Amino acid sequence: MNKLGENSFFGRIDWLMVFVWLALCIIGWFNIHAAVYDAAQPGLFNLATNYGKQSLYIFTALIIGFSILIIDEKFFISSAPIIYFIVILLLIAVLIVGRNVGGNQAWIPIGSFRLQPSEFGKLATCLLLAFYLSSQTNKNPDLKTLAIASLIILFPVALVMLQPDTGSALAFFALIFVLYREGYVGTNLLLLGGLAIILFVLSLLFNQWAIIGTIAIISILFGYLLRKKRKYLINIGIVFIASSIYVLCVDFAYEHILQSHQRNRIDIILGKMDDPRGQGYNLNQSKIAIGSGQLFGKGYLQGTQTKYNFVPEQSTDFIFCTIGEEWGFIGSVILVGLYLLLLLRLLHIAERQRTAFARIYAYGVASILFFHFFINIGMTIGIVPVIGIPLPFISYGGSSLWSFTILLFILLRFDSRRKGLNG
Amino acid sequence: MNSFFARKYVIQGIFIAVTLIIIARLFYIQIIDDSYLLSANNNVLRKVVVYPARGVVFDRNGEVLVQNEPVYDLLVTPIEAKDIDTVLLCNLIDIDVKGYESRMKKARSHSPYRASIFEKQLSATTYAKLQEHLYKLRGFYVQNRTVRSYPDSIAPQLLGYIQEVNDKNIEDSKGFYRPGDYIGASGIERSYEHLLRGQRGVKNQMVDALNRPQGIFMEGKYDTLAISGEGLIATLDLKLQRLGEELMKGKMGSIVAIEPSTGEILSFVSAPSYDPNMMVGRQRGNNYMKLLDDQTKPMFIRPIQASYPPGSIFKVVAALTAQQAGVIDEHTVFNCPGGYSYGGGRGFMRCAGGVHGSMSLIRSIQTSCNTYYGHAYARMIDSRGMPRPQAYDLWRDAMLKFGLGIKLGIDLPGEQPGLIATSEYHTKRYGNDKWTSSFNISQSIGQGALGITPLQMANIVAIVANRGFYYRPHLVKGIGEDRKVKPEFTEKISAGVDAKYYEPVIEGMSRAVSQGTARSVRIPDVEMCAKTGTVQNPHGENHAVFFAFAPRENPKIAIAVFVENAGYGGTWAGPIASMMIEKYLKDTITLPKYIQDRIYNANFLPKPKPTEVKQEDTKNKQQDKKVNTQAHVATNEKKEYYVHHSQIRKYYE
Repeated sequence: MNKLGENSFFGRIDWLMVFVWLALCIIGWFNIHAAVYDAAQPGLFNLATNYGKQSLYIFTALIIGFSILIIDEKFFISSAPIIYFIVILLLIAVLIVGRNVGGNQAWIPIGSFRLQPSEFGKLATCLLLAFYLSSQTNKNPDLKTLAIASLIILFPVALVMLQPDTGSALAFFALIFVLYREGYVGTNLLLLGGLAIILFVLSLLFNQWAIIGTIAIISILFGYLLRKKRKYLINIGIVFIASSIYVLCVDFAYEHILQSHQRNRIDIILGKMDDPRGQGYNLNQSKIAIGSGQLFGKGYLQGTQTKYNFVPEQSTDFIFCTIGEEWGFIGSVILVGLYLLLLLRLLHIAERQRTAFARIYAYGVASILFFHFFINIGMTIGIVPVIGIPLPFISYGGSSLWSFTILLFILLRFDSRRKGLNG
Repeated sequence: MNSFFARKYVIQGIFIAVTLIIIARLFYIQIIDDSYLLSANNNVLRKVVVYPARGVVFDRNGEVLVQNEPVYDLLVTPIEAKDIDTVLLCNLIDIDVKGYESRMKKARSHSPYRASIFEKQLSATTYAKLQEHLYKLRGFYVQNRTVRSYPDSIAPQLLGYIQEVNDKNIEDSKGFYRPGDYIGASGIERSYEHLLRGQRGVKNQMVDALNRPQGIFMEGKYDTLAISGEGLIATLDLKLQRLGEELMKGKMGSIVAIEPSTGEILSFVSAPSYDPNMMVGRQRGNNYMKLLDDQTKPMFIRPIQASYPPGSIFKVVAALTAQQAGVIDEHTVFNCPGGYSYGGGRGFMRCAGGVHGSMSLIRSIQTSCNTYYGHAYARMIDSRGMPRPQAYDLWRDAMLKFGLGIKLGIDLPGEQPGLIATSEYHTKRYGNDKWTSSFNISQSIGQGALGITPLQMANIVAIVANRGFYYRPHLVKGIGEDRKVKPEFTEKISAGVDAKYYEPVIEGMSRAVSQGTARSVRIPDVEMCAKTGTVQNPHGENHAVFFAFAPRENPKIAIAVFVENAGYGGTWAGPIASMMIEKYLKDTITLPKYIQDRIYNANFLPKPKPTEVKQEDTKNKQQDKKVNTQAHVATNEKKEYYVHHSQIRKYYE
């Protein structure tokens, strides 16, 4: 057990995680540079440009990250309610003194920088959720605990919705994975919820009878495989009937209950309607940029769609377009792979924690990063609705980079101090 | 670890599944579906047309006739045009504020983000003034292009002009032309359009989301260069052309000079003329309307579009075809009692020279004896042992072989064939086919139902000079760098009369200059062969005609001069032809100064109030009334065939 470095402080840090974090930050910086690149304005660290500022943010994030690593982890446990309280205050403050940018009152100006409290809201919520759930002595999850945990999550959600920043608010719902892992939400509920979402999207995209037919075939297949087990057969039958009714209901609701402008919005998201200059413009241009990257991409700084501003918000929410266009399928897959590595590593770290606090917190981190990763990339390639949330560590912006870094490094701090390790 | 540990795998499974969905989707849009790449290119690439320079036109000695001159179009991108000093701009390009607003509105309706033309074709001086202030005029910029320019301001009808294509041009070209392109609309600009226009190039301009230009795609890897139009070498002699236009000032009519050995047109004057530079630039529209309204029709291409009865010069053709037909020969003599009596004495065609007495073929040309040709025509029609309409058709075929009544095929649009009336026409006029030569005897001396263009007249002289053949008269002798000639212009065409029959006619034409009707315009040391003509014009002063070639052996130039409403051919058209020939052969003019002055100062243009011009030369005027009436009825009926001199006059009056 006396391998080199194991006893030193840094030796117990999960370096793979730090490496992935740094890699994502650097990839982000290069792509922000590409997205806003202007041949007339060279200089990699020009503070007038987004990439110049981002290099400053990354440097700061590095300092913040390593500062966290030397803070006693008990501090984060004991101060979780205070941090939560401060962030709630900030979320209220932003509604009063915040600056309105693009319809969202989400930023508090501090000097030349702008602070976005909702980014820190996720951190605070994770901490408090871990704090609360880990303090429960009851072995079996009960409804009262679930209700309080839900309130912890929903309180900041409500405040963020008031800005209104739907995207950021939705991110909090990713914490359902935490509740699931801790047993407050059942597997069936999670799977049925997922099935409901998938069927909802499919029934808008395709003919409802075709979907029901497909479900029937899948059900018969499963039924044949599990023909020995009567209990499953009944379940499959129930699921099949319920799904079919659900699909028909969704279709009916879509056709007869929704207003036409609501239908339009959904149609554009699902790519059923071409409206390149209207609401679908961003999505369409985003898909064009990524799709035109093909296998190898157009090369660094060669992306025409992003360089000539066809894609809006390209250094923030649509940063993935630059990656898709300039680095192609290969680059995109490497990036997606890095995220998957990060997420699976997070789950691995979570499960090796000896304290409930650290484990719950780790699941919170994983859930929130997963949500951002899936929704952000998903919206640029048109598989989820356009919801304005940043791609962690990559999108331009100090608040989001710092809050994700803090989120991650607190976990690394817990991990480095986990019980059972020497020291 | 707790009792719900296994749930880790569900969450892991969800993470992996979602990642796989994302990768599958990326695979689809990046690798399988190519439409995104296309859309991306459509987004960002604008194919910008690079206009080639139009071909330059030179004269036969390498002097420039048509060249390109830079002009500057002022463009505006409306969205960028903010805080413009409107008054300054208006002053610079000479428009008013109202004009500024309407132009701006037009540009905005075209596209607020894309540049559109604000003002076309600013001159270099305007541009120089404008350039100093351009930095203050945001959103405005200048694009240069070229327009045609004519350094000598000559030969507008021949060179033609270019204009913006219309919808029909675009449709006919199957997409070659696009709105805003220019196309040759007349003259050789039109007939050589496909060579002069060159080939457009395409530049793959990249633009950003607001359509602002952003550099060239792939450093121009997919661009094509514009290829300039072919240069043309015209057959024209600039100096000769300039002299011809000077001489024809204040007159209406044509000069056509041909090099007989090649069919190359040395001079092509259509008077009255105009400055071809009028058809270029910002005033083009106004100038165009002015020219259209001009009662003297400057845009009418007289050498190929006006046809007249040729008058006495026609006797040359009559003498040649009658010999070939065998009805007369070199030694045939007719008695001239001062005119030709026909129709059993009911008609009498007076001879201009009074009583000629015994008349030979040579002398008949020299003195322009009407009687001789009345007899010759009568033999052609009445004495060939066949029905007269059939004999008339033979006569007509001989005329067609001389290039009369047909298009010669000059490389210029709008050529008219003229008219040689058919036997059916006469039969219809007469009522049955029992008519004789008397019925249309005036055709024997080039009057009546004949319409011949000045080009055809010049071609007749060229045939005589060549002793029996011609090359299609043409205006371009060399295309491009290897100076190609169109094959149809090197084909020798026979006029159907054997070479031996030409000598007596040429002798007569030579004597006409040395001692006959064209004495006054002799050129020292050059044997010129010529024939005068005075075309009877019931609407006013007679038309003066003169055609000639020189020198007699190895002729270098054949020329026809037609001056409307001038009077006697030898007096008005002769000196012009003489000066042109001498200028061309010897580069000097020795004609007495007083004759030159008389020509230069003459003005035969219609006056605003038509007054009775005193007729000084009436020798050839009195013709058979009946014949003339007939002829004019004929020409009126055949309006669509050709323009008779009388109809041209109608426009002027």
